[in-house]
This record gives sequence, C-alpha cells and structure tokens, in this order.
Amino acid sequence: MRGKTAVITGGARGIGESIAKLLAKMGANIIIWDVLEDQARATADAIARNHGVKTLGAAADVTREASVEAALDAAVKEFGGIDILVNNAGVTRDGLLIRMKEEDWDLVLSINLKGVWICTKAVARVMLKARKGSIVNIASVVGVMGNAGQANYSASKAGVIGLTKTSAREFAARGVRVNAVAPGFIRTAMTDKLSDEQRGRLQSMIPLGELGTPDDVADAVAFLASDRARYITGQTINIDGGMVM
Amino acid sequence: MSMSRDEIKEKVIDITCDQLKVSRDQVKNESAFVEDLGADSLDIAELVMEFEDEFDLEIPENEQGIRTVNAAVDFIYGKVNG
Ligand SMILES: NC(=O)c1ccc[n+]([C@@H]2O[C@H](COP(=O)([O-])OP(=O)(O)OC[C@H]3O[C@@H](n4cnc5c(N)ncnc54)[C@H](O)[C@@H]3O)[C@@H](O)[C@H]2O)c1
Repeated sequence: MRGKTAVITGGARGIGESIAKLLAKMGANIIIWDVLEDQARATADAIARNHGVKTLGAAADVTREASVEAALDAAVKEFGGIDILVNNAGVTRDGLLIRMKEEDWDLVLSINLKGVWICTKAVARVMLKARKGSIVNIASVVGVMGNAGQANYSASKAGVIGLTKTSAREFAARGVRVNAVAPGFIRTAMTDKLSDEQRGRLQSMIPLGELGTPDDVADAVAFLASDRARYITGQTINIDGGMVM
Repeated sequence: MSMSRDEIKEKVIDITCDQLKVSRDQVKNESAFVEDLGADSLDIAELVMEFEDEFDLEIPENEQGIRTVNAAVDFIYGKVNG
C-alpha cells in the first residue's frame, strides 16, 4: 500500500473512517470526500498525525457531478494519481414501502447508487489512463436478502452490486478491478441505539452470534483494494457473520 | 478559437498515439481506429473524451462518423471552425 493514494467517500466518520485509518496504517495516502467538510478535515488531519501519511479532507457531495469533478481535480493536482476508490458514502431513510415518501426514495437512491456511479465515472478516467486501480463499493446484505422497512435502501444496495459487476467487466481489460463488500449488522452509532431485546433478536439471526465491527469491514476492503486481490474482480463479499450463505 | 486543419491533425495523431499506444508511423490519414489501430470500444470512448477535452467541444454519444483519423480531423475541423 505504501505510496498508493486512496479516496474514501463518506470517510469523515463511521465505517469509512475505519477504512481510511486501516489503509493509512498500511501506508496509503488518504483523501476523504464528505459533505461534512469540517469532520472530513479533522479525520484526515488525525490520520496524518497518527500514521505519518499524506492526507486531504475535502467537501464533496457524491450526488453532484460538478462537486466530485472539482474534488477530483484538486486530488490529482495534489497527489498525482488515484490508485484506490472506496465508495462508502451512504444513508438510510427507513419506512414501510406503502408509507414511504417519494423524497425518501429519491434521496437514498441518489446518494447510495447514483453517487457510486458518479464517483466511479470520474475516478475511473484517471485509473483507466494509468491502466491500474482498484475500486471497492460498500453494498449491504440487505441488498442481497431484502429487509422490511428498507425498500429504498435495499434497492440501492442491490443496484450497487449490479453496478459493481458491470464496471468490473468494462474496466477489466485495463487492469482496473471493481469489487464490493456487503456488511451485515455492524456496531455503529446506529446499532448502539437498539434495545437489548432488539439486539438479541438480531444476534439470533447471525450464525457467528455477534454483531460485526467497522474494522471487520475495513479488513475486507483493504484486502480487495490491495494487490493481494489481483485476480479478483466483480465479486461481492458478505461480511455478516454468516447471515447470508 | 480557430485552428488550421494541420494543427488539428497533429493533435489528433498525438492523442491517438498516446491513447492507443501505437507509434507515429503506424498512424496514417486513412487508418481506422478499430480495424487498423486495434482500438476496442473503451479506447474509442476514451479517445472521444480526449478529443472533447483537447478541442473543447462535445461529440454526440452516437457519433458514428469518426471511424478514421481523417474523419476525426474533418469532424473536429467542422466543429472548431463552424
Ligand atoms: N452501519 C451498518 O451496520 C452498515 C451495514 C451495511 C452497510 N453499511 C454501509 O456502510 C457505509 C457507511 O455507513 P456508516 O454506518 O459508517 O454510516 P455513517 O452515517 O456513519 O457514515 C456515512 C458518511 O457518508 C457521508 N455522506 C452522506 N451523504 C453524502 C454525500 N451526498 N456525499 C458525500 N458524503 C456523504 C456522511 O456525512 C457520513 O460521514 C454506507 O454505505 C452504509 O450503507 C452500513
């Protein structure tokens, strides 16, 4: 990883932050794109201090092509090229399908799916020219198995898995690999709010018997992003304690 | 921005060599990008985007006219000086 440059969207906090930290620990320079500009900067600065790599935290809205293009120009100017893209930015707006508002459908599809296409389109041009690169998309097991209350989210994540396969096919001849990870229930601010009873019900669905951690996701992302996965493209790895088999 | 046909041709050949990894003497006026220079569909897409950037113009998604070096130069010449 040393000397490589990685862009992590939505990397200001949460799973994206864990991914950024691990890639930095392995020696990669880190660029964080997030709508939370201050937090993106703070996270990037902390990573630079702790891991001695070059970092940049910048404002970028993955749903807006112009915003991503501007962030990309700045990144290429500063770092020369981009070797790794992790499409991690994502949101939920849950509700039963028959009660779901159109704006909640549109927002989730726009950030989680269109955002992956926009960032892939922009960064792929740099990677295709360099004839190398690795893209890792963060999907979700919900995109594989569905989940009551998450029509918009599950559709967006299933879309990400399809998009992963098509981009893998289109870019393969240029040595650019594209894979996805599909996390299950991961311990984050979101799942910390669950009651003991809710958590117990969740755990009973997981063969390995416990929730995952952001580091579990980061480990798989780092593997797929690295040259150790040089012969793997178009795949989705479930990181879910065995929920989906 | 007006440019002579020769200036445009020079740049088109530069970009073609760079994108398709071919040497200058392989690129003739009548060379077809796919049949003669070995471009695949992704090369064509990238080539078109390089032309768009270099000459600051838009080439329609389904522009079938740009099959050869000559055709590309003609198309760009028409747009740039049109
Ligand atoms: N937490 C889980 O259990 C879980 C499970 C499966 C998949 N995931 C996926 O993992 C990814 C990260 O989730 P998380 O739990 O860390 O969430 P999070 O909310 O902590 O982090 C998401 C980040 O994305 C950023 N973001 C939102 N909209 C953006 C936009 N338009 N442009 C740029 N950045 C934007 C947010 O500011 C935030 O920093 C998401 O794609 C999520 O769907 C999470």
